[in-house]
Amino acid sequence: MGVLIYLIPASLLLGLIGLLGFLWALRSRQYEDLDGAAARILFDDKPRKETPQ
Amino acid sequence: MSLLGRARPVSSAALSPACCAHCGARLAAGQERFCCSGCEGAHALVAGLGLGAFYGRRETEAGALRPEALAPGLDLAPFAVTQRDGTQRLELIVSGLTCGACVWLVEQALAAEPDVLSARASLSARRLTVTWRGEAGRANDLAALLQRLGFRVAPWSPACLRATEDAEGRALIRALGIAAFGSMNIMLISVAVWVGGDMGPALRHGLHWLAALIGMPVVLLAGMPFYSSAWRAIRAGRPSMDLAVSLGVLATAGMSLSETLRNGPYTWFDGATMLLALLLAGRVFDRAARRRARQSVAELLALQEGLVSRVLPDGHMEAVQAEAIAAGDRVLVSAGERLRLDGVATTDALLDAAATTGESVPRNFAAGDPLPAGAVNMGAAFTMTVTAAARDGSLAAMARLLERAEQAKGRFVAIADRASRFYVPAVHAVAALTFAVWWGVLDAPWQVALVNAVCVLLITCPCALALAVPAVQVVSVGALFRRGVLVTSATALERLATADHAVLDKTGTLTEGRPVLIPEGQDEAVLARAAAIARASRHPLAQALVRACPDVPLAEGVREVPGQGLDAGTARLGSPAFCGLPPSADGMTLVFREGSGEPVRFRFADRMRDDAPASVAALAGLGLDAELLSGDAEGAVAAIAWQAGIAEWRAGVDPVAKQARIAALKAAGRRPLMVGDGINDAAALAAAHVSASPAGATDLAQTASDLVLQREGLAALPEAIRIARRAQAIARENIGFSLLYNVLAVPMAALGLVTPLLAAVVMASSSLVVVLNALRAGKA
Repeated sequence: MGVLIYLIPASLLLGLIGLLGFLWALRSRQYEDLDGAAARILFDDKPRKETPQ
Repeated sequence: MSLLGRARPVSSAALSPACCAHCGARLAAGQERFCCSGCEGAHALVAGLGLGAFYGRRETEAGALRPEALAPGLDLAPFAVTQRDGTQRLELIVSGLTCGACVWLVEQALAAEPDVLSARASLSARRLTVTWRGEAGRANDLAALLQRLGFRVAPWSPACLRATEDAEGRALIRALGIAAFGSMNIMLISVAVWVGGDMGPALRHGLHWLAALIGMPVVLLAGMPFYSSAWRAIRAGRPSMDLAVSLGVLATAGMSLSETLRNGPYTWFDGATMLLALLLAGRVFDRAARRRARQSVAELLALQEGLVSRVLPDGHMEAVQAEAIAAGDRVLVSAGERLRLDGVATTDALLDAAATTGESVPRNFAAGDPLPAGAVNMGAAFTMTVTAAARDGSLAAMARLLERAEQAKGRFVAIADRASRFYVPAVHAVAALTFAVWWGVLDAPWQVALVNAVCVLLITCPCALALAVPAVQVVSVGALFRRGVLVTSATALERLATADHAVLDKTGTLTEGRPVLIPEGQDEAVLARAAAIARASRHPLAQALVRACPDVPLAEGVREVPGQGLDAGTARLGSPAFCGLPPSADGMTLVFREGSGEPVRFRFADRMRDDAPASVAALAGLGLDAELLSGDAEGAVAAIAWQAGIAEWRAGVDPVAKQARIAALKAAGRRPLMVGDGINDAAALAAAHVSASPAGATDLAQTASDLVLQREGLAALPEAIRIARRAQAIARENIGFSLLYNVLAVPMAALGLVTPLLAAVVMASSSLVVVLNALRAGKA
């Protein structure tokens, strides 16, 4: 059972990293245009200019 | 919206010869690659920019990207905002931006301009943000570039902002993410406790503490949307579903915390967080479906929102917002433009007042007559003196009437709220009774009694009940969206399902609301020649002539004589006076004369929509008797009523009388569905039990309507009623199922037989059944 001492914190930490990643994505407005994001991933040519947020 | 699978791999050269190489519309005989000169220009532009790959990727509807002649006088320079670093930034709403390839084309075409720094389009919001270095005036060039590609643009307005800047929606998604994270991790720990029968009490205690450590913050954070809504419900003094959810979740979390402190055998953190996650998922989907509809309406409104041209004392013109005009200012009304303000003109004016009065035939207003805002100028451009600023004018008066009607409508109580009105007190009574019996009668320790009472709250926490209606809403609103019906109100479907009477407007609703050529055996060749000349003009009658003969290219050397007609060499097309004939009575006639030949008359009329009789019959089949209310004269109304198969009609009805008729119907116990498009219908639309406006309705009518039909015709209406009724039936099934499940589960909880494992299984399975049942609502 001693292995739980490592495994439970490790699993929680991984989950927490996922949660923080999600919150960051939400804050940086990546959930604003879900339809556009789905199409954008398929533009395989090099953009002429940076198109920042 | 994937580009894979649905996009057909067609290069512009290999495109089927029957379709326009730019917009994809079907080509007429004699046309080689393009349906119009605008498309040819757009195609050359795209090819010149090296963006030809667009045609292989686009999945827009055929004909959607046909460039129109530029709208006059829309100066975008004032909308550009100068940033701190000296660059300019402009936000536009772009209509026609319907697929990933369009986003790519717009962004790349703008990025090809040397001074543009960045261009970013949002496909969901149809919003384009472009920044450039240089003058604000470049805004017009950039907008013109998009218009040449076939996109229509308008400044991003506050109305669009309200519809898309969705702070509440973002808060819901955040809460969902937190709740999902919490429930999954707590479930991990809970499963260890459930299966670890040989686990020592110390380890179990530790695991419960761990669950509490995750569970308490998650319950407090992710539950906020429910707690704030429940607080509002308490203050308003009426129990709501959110109140039940909040009490259940908080009681479960509190009881679990006390069990953790005293090292009880079970905690219920997993149940509380899972409940939140499931309910939040329902909310998020519900919002997403309605947000799309709200955005589409905002987009339509933004494109209609116009600027007016003010005539300065020195004779120059400036484009300003209608709100900025004061009484006494002089404005120019160009041909085909809609009047935004009330005024008087010093010359005669031919106006189509269909939107304000319902008259289908344009009328001549003599010099000095008051001209109503909302009418469309069918004649020559004229200057008028504004008699009332926008906020004092007749449009604003109509908007106030609308507001009063909406207030009078009262609060419609949704079916889920009706259910919760008796459900919430009943559940809490059962929970209190459970506690009293265990503690008072059976002499159990108060902790045990509390656990059982809270178990009742948890198991009845209306997981399935709270998902029952939103799940159906999402599916049916999505199904309607695909059929071109936008649902703008949360309770619209419920109200539509119960409508039992249909009140229809005439002009623009039963009829097309725009002039159509009356076929009178005109010579095909003459018609084609006249249409070729008419292509040069934006006058409504000229455009009607082009629609009657859409395949001809523009004739060479056409000159427009403002207010009179078109002149192409020896041929003339225009008002009867322009071609040397006496003027027509109604102004709905064009005359074409080639050289000194015999003049040919083209007469126009507002024609009934092709599908109107079928739709009226379909409505009757659904139990909705139709009735026609129109501001037009008796003869025209009677004729249309007879053609459409409507027995009951009233003519010459003004906006107040329309609203009064709706109120009378409601007083008689009917639930009227009002369908109308005009400014004069808006108050009646707002007063009706449920309302719809057809494609091309005025902005006021669209804001007042619960449903907006996006496609031409009324055929979508009976189908929308069928979908709404089916959705109601399924919602009732779902509510019935969740009540049935409670009837079975509550006794078990009250007897103390419910373990956290059982609660989790029951909760998930009942939600799943409800959601799966809801999916049937999409099939009509």
